[in-house]
Formats: sequence, structure tokens, C-alpha cells
Amino acid sequence: MDSSQDYPLELTGTNVPMVRFMNVSKNYGGLKVLDNLNLDVAEAEKVSIIGPSGSGKTTVLRMLMTLESINSGVIYVDGKPLTHMPRGGKLVPADASYLRRMRASIGMCFQSFNLFPHMTALQNCVEGPIQVLGLSKAEARDRAEELLSMVGMIEKKDQHPARLSGGQQQRVAIARALAMRPKVMLFDEVTSALDPEVIGEVTNVIRKLVSEFRLTMLMVTHQMGFAADISDRVCFFFSGKIEEQGEPKQLFGDPKRERTQQFLSAVKDAV
Amino acid sequence: MELDWSWRFAWEILPDLLAGALKTLAAVGIGYSMAIVGGLILALLQRTRSRLLSAAVREFVEFIRSTPLLLQIYFVFFVGPQFGVQLSPWASGLIAIGLYRSAYLSEIYRGGLEAVPAGQWEACTALNLSGRDAYFRIIIPQALPPATAGMGNALIAIFKDTPMLSAIGVAELMHAATVVGANSYRYLEPYTLVGLIFLLLSLPAAWVIRIFERWLRSKLGMV
Repeated sequence: MDSSQDYPLELTGTNVPMVRFMNVSKNYGGLKVLDNLNLDVAEAEKVSIIGPSGSGKTTVLRMLMTLESINSGVIYVDGKPLTHMPRGGKLVPADASYLRRMRASIGMCFQSFNLFPHMTALQNCVEGPIQVLGLSKAEARDRAEELLSMVGMIEKKDQHPARLSGGQQQRVAIARALAMRPKVMLFDEVTSALDPEVIGEVTNVIRKLVSEFRLTMLMVTHQMGFAADISDRVCFFFSGKIEEQGEPKQLFGDPKRERTQQFLSAVKDAV
Repeated sequence: MELDWSWRFAWEILPDLLAGALKTLAAVGIGYSMAIVGGLILALLQRTRSRLLSAAVREFVEFIRSTPLLLQIYFVFFVGPQFGVQLSPWASGLIAIGLYRSAYLSEIYRGGLEAVPAGQWEACTALNLSGRDAYFRIIIPQALPPATAGMGNALIAIFKDTPMLSAIGVAELMHAATVVGANSYRYLEPYTLVGLIFLLLSLPAAWVIRIFERWLRSKLGMV
């Protein structure tokens, strides 16, 4: 860990970002996955992360969900440090209970859905609210049913995941994540494991919910069209760094950097 | 050579043997319950973050698995008192069998736990579940169905472990047969009946385990 005391204990002032990566680096052994990343995401801002595989884009989300530790730097969520906690006037690496408290404002959906196979769609959606948020069964069920209706899965609420298609599972997973009332939602290649004909049903749900709940969103995706139309900003990652970022219209229509141009034209050729 | 089988004698000794069989059943029930819980504890302890603890438990499991059960029974019963632990034959025997099969079952649980995909753990983290809820509500229920075959084998194995209790004088089925034999100098009938009774007891056990597995899978929606 580098000298964490150089980092503020809390972000103050106007325009405190919902998420801030400050000089964040991550290595696996000798391999540098993220190299001194600095990234701010404002409240209710929608940011898409694109780039070739191995460029570190999924790692960004996994660090924010605390599924991966970081090697240096600090991540802040809603002005408070996430990876570290204040102790005796400086920041020290966060312990399990601090992480647990901070994690409450973050939700995540995965490429492989990761629904609990031994629970029905509804049970998946009430598990966290009852066990973690302490909601009553009735409250949790009402809320879950409302969310399952919004994602169009209310008719299937008593089905186990094994009986649902990929697109249906992913929609349940989105409802499950939202049932925890996160401020920040992370979508990690949520359409990559889906058949082409069901991608639309999932992207439509995300589009609808993200604007409805005014969520801050970070999304890793290979769907350039979806990224272009849902995001306020697109970040192009290349070997652990943000190579270029901008509004979708600019980044997709008029990329400045050569690597961005190469990547986008390679993606276009593949379609 | 003529087979000297007496139906009358077999009938006469049957009540004694059945009384022994009841004790065998009790030993199996208690020993298996201990192993089911003990095995889970040993499996979970091996997964704790403390390297020292998990290595110590790992060694303990290896030690139990690679020494004979009879030795362990003798150890608890005969050596225990030297350390001030004086236990009845029943208690010593059951502790030894329970521990022995806990060690085996912990390996079966470990396999089941490791077979649960990492994504399930990540979903638990993303939903902010406590470690306890993650284990007991999400991970262990999924680890059980793949472990049921091994759990069934352990049940049959415990049946076959119980005759060793006769070595320290627990009056289970084997012991009852040996007593009958020693008193009458006839061994054919008692030991044949012991074999039959063991068979009759373990066949339904295997069947019950299969029913349990099917019930578990359907309950967990994993048909």
C-alpha cells in the first residue's frame, strides 16, 4: 500500500462525485491490470466502459464491488473511502465490517447471472432485503414483485432459474440487484452470455430502470449501440489505462486516438 | 461335508441377535449424526482464512483417515484414562467412530463446497450477505446434492464400522453373536444371521439415501 495518508479522509465541497478512482493500480503477480486509474463518475451519470479484452475494464467494476482488492490508490463512493477507512486521522485498508457497510450502496449484475439456483425468482429477490436490509417478508415480497413486474418477469416469479432462459435470468438478476436499493449499479457484460435475439429484452430493461431510479451506472459492454444510446460518457480502456473518453457521439463518431479508431473499426468489421 | 445348520438353534438365538442389532442401529444413528455435523465443521474449518487453523485441521483429518479405526477406538478407551478422560465403552466407541467418519465426510463436503461456482460467492458479496448467511443459505444447500452419494457411502461404512465396538465390549450385534457362539460352540448360525441382518439393515439405508437425494434436488429446484 502506498502512502494512503496523502489521500483525503472524505471528499467534500460541491460536486462530490458518486464514484472516484484515485490513482488506483492493480496487478496480478507481475501483470499490471490497471495502471494509475483516475476516474470520476457523477451522481446519476451513466458511464460505459469499452475496450479489448484484458484491458482491465471488468476489473474496474470488480474492484468497486469489492470482489477484488486494489494494490494502490483509493476508491471513494459517495464521498467516503471504500477501499480504506479513516482511523486516527489517516486512511488504513478497510476491514470486513467497514467494507460490508460501504458495499450497501453498490449493486452488480454479472455476465453469468449468478442467480441462486435453489431459489425461485422471487426468493432470489427477497433474500438480500430480508437477510441484509432487515425488511419484513411482506415488505420484501411487495417490493420484489414490483421490481419483477418492471422487468417483465412477474409471471415467472415462482420458477427456479434452471427453468428460465438466459434473458429471463438476467432480468431477474437485475431485479434482485435493484431490490437492495443501491445508489450505484454495475453491469458487467450482462448481455455477453445471451442469445442475440434476447439481448434487446435485457437492454430495454436496463435502459428503463436506470433512468427511472436515477441510478449512477457503470457498465462494461461489447454492445456499442447500447453503450452509445444509454451512456452520458464512454471510456475506452487500453492496457489498464483510459486511452480516450468522451460523450458517445464524439467517441464513436469522431475518435481522436489511433487505438480507439482501430478498436472501433475492428468491432464494426466483426458485426 | 454336511452342512450342520440348525433352524431351531437359529430361531432360539434370534432374539439375542436382534437385541444386539438394535444397539448397532443406535450406534449407527448416533455415530452418523456426529459425523454429519462433525464433518461439516471440519470442512468449514479448513476453509477459514486463518492459514494456521486450516492447515492444522487438514493435518488432523489426514491423521484420522490414515490410521486404523480400531486403534482410535483403543486409544480413546484405553489411553484416554491416562489423560484423565474416563469414558464408557459406548461413549469411547461412538466418539471414535464419529470422529473417524467426520474426517471422511469432511472430504466429501469439501468436494461439494468447492464445486459451487465462484459466481455464487460473488453474488453473495454483491448482495452484501453476511458470511454466515452466504454459507448456510446459499452455498451449503448447493453443496449438498453432489455430496449425497458420498454421504450414503458413509452411512453404509458406519454400519460396517460398528463391529469394531465389540473389541471394547459394546454389546452390539457382532458382540452378541460372539457371545452366543462362545456359549454354545456353534458359530455357523450366529455369524450367518449377523451377515443377513447387516444386509437387511444396509439395503434400506442405501435406498433411503437415494430418496433423500431426489427429495433434496426437487426441493432445491435442481431437477
